[in-house]
Amino acid sequence: MSKDRVRVVVTGLGATTPLGGDVASTWSALLDGRSGIRTLTEDWVDSVPVKFAGVAAVDPGEVLPRPEARRLDRAEQFALIAAREAWRDAGTPEVEPTRLGVVVGSGIGGITTILAAYDTFKEKGWQRLSPFTVPMLMPNGAAGWIGIEIGAKAGVHATVSACATGAESIGYGIEMIRDGRADVVVAGGTEAAIHPLNVASFAAMRAMSTRNDEPLRASRPFDKGRDGFVLGEGSGIVVLESEEHARARGAKIYAVAAGAGYSSDAHHIAQPEPTGAGIRLAVQRALEDSGLTGADVKHINAHATSTPAGDVVETIAIKETIGSHPLVTATKSMTGHLLGGAGGIESIFTILALTDRVVPATVNVDDLDDGIEVPIVRDEPHKLPDGQIAAINNSFGFGGHNVAVAFTTV
Amino acid sequence: MALTEQEILAGLGKIVNEITGIPAAEVTPEKSFVDDLDIDSLSMVEIAVAAQDEFGVEIPDDQLKHLKTVKDVINFIQA
Repeated sequence: MSKDRVRVVVTGLGATTPLGGDVASTWSALLDGRSGIRTLTEDWVDSVPVKFAGVAAVDPGEVLPRPEARRLDRAEQFALIAAREAWRDAGTPEVEPTRLGVVVGSGIGGITTILAAYDTFKEKGWQRLSPFTVPMLMPNGAAGWIGIEIGAKAGVHATVSACATGAESIGYGIEMIRDGRADVVVAGGTEAAIHPLNVASFAAMRAMSTRNDEPLRASRPFDKGRDGFVLGEGSGIVVLESEEHARARGAKIYAVAAGAGYSSDAHHIAQPEPTGAGIRLAVQRALEDSGLTGADVKHINAHATSTPAGDVVETIAIKETIGSHPLVTATKSMTGHLLGGAGGIESIFTILALTDRVVPATVNVDDLDDGIEVPIVRDEPHKLPDGQIAAINNSFGFGGHNVAVAFTTV
Repeated sequence: MALTEQEILAGLGKIVNEITGIPAAEVTPEKSFVDDLDIDSLSMVEIAVAAQDEFGVEIPDDQLKHLKTVKDVINFIQA
């Protein structure tokens, strides 16, 4: 592994997901194989062909004081809750403000704010818009609020790359520390898009599962019967820190954030490139950036969204770049797809798999699809070997974004 | 019938608490919204809009900037 540059470690984790309001409850639900998907009861479900989603297990309105919640978009609420947990988990570190950064993005931004504000505007006029409408709808809003809260002055950034956003944010955070711009970076992704217009728009692409009679079995990556992704919401955020800074303050270290690899398909705005060339390039670059070989990588948290087009080609790319040995799982089978939040929570799951030496099982794989030649963890969690090992989180997004983030045991 | 200072103060305290979380009891006539209660200009807009609804008076933007203290708002509403 590379010794000639700053090593970056993970010292804090925070999440709010369809499975739980924090990291511990989410992780334990994942290991139990529980589903966070539920039938929607809102009036609007009659107008859309998809009637279920991965709604956040704990409503952010129950966590945040009302004066704070009312000036935040729901995506910002999730991010602030996750960031606070991660920051506490890291021991509320004392950091020189100009050495502290934030990279938190969202795939869509404050879309529920935009739509509700437009209704208010049309019905009641501009004077009745909240003066916080703009900071609520802007996709960098979550990063800005987190930066204010922790006093981050090294730079607050928001990467936007659809469903690769959370992973790209973590990659960017690693780079900020390696480049010497910061000692500590709070990084991750957030999304709150369970709104009829989003459901209708994804349904218009024929990208969503319509298994309305069996919502808990709708998200089924790698299964022959998969028919689309299941929309989820929430946020996953980590605290990245230079190893030197973390050691100096005696911080608990979860894992090494070893490196990231990026590529772009230059193929189609929404469809995966059918040979997996972009995925291979991103994973290969993650290995190179981390100083790892395929043999070091024992586990992959796959992007695998449960769409017919994407899941199998990802496993082929994994086999070609890493080998046929890594234990592969798709946690979206339980959380649904958090879009910009996905790379954040799935990086956390990848890190916890390393620290606990266990990979959660993919649920709903009743009939493994043809052409999958890597071991898919199913039925029950699978142990990871002892010793120094690595794991990779894959995240891909509309636009042709491919991001792979590599973590290793400490 | 015109509202008394106490009635307006109670209404303002409720609005300020709803919008900022500041306890209504801290909203007293001599307090400055910015200097004493630490309320930013965006929240002041929200408070003004809510006060317009509550007390049925129009607070134009060019007047709002002169309303520095709680007492200023009470006087404006009573005027």
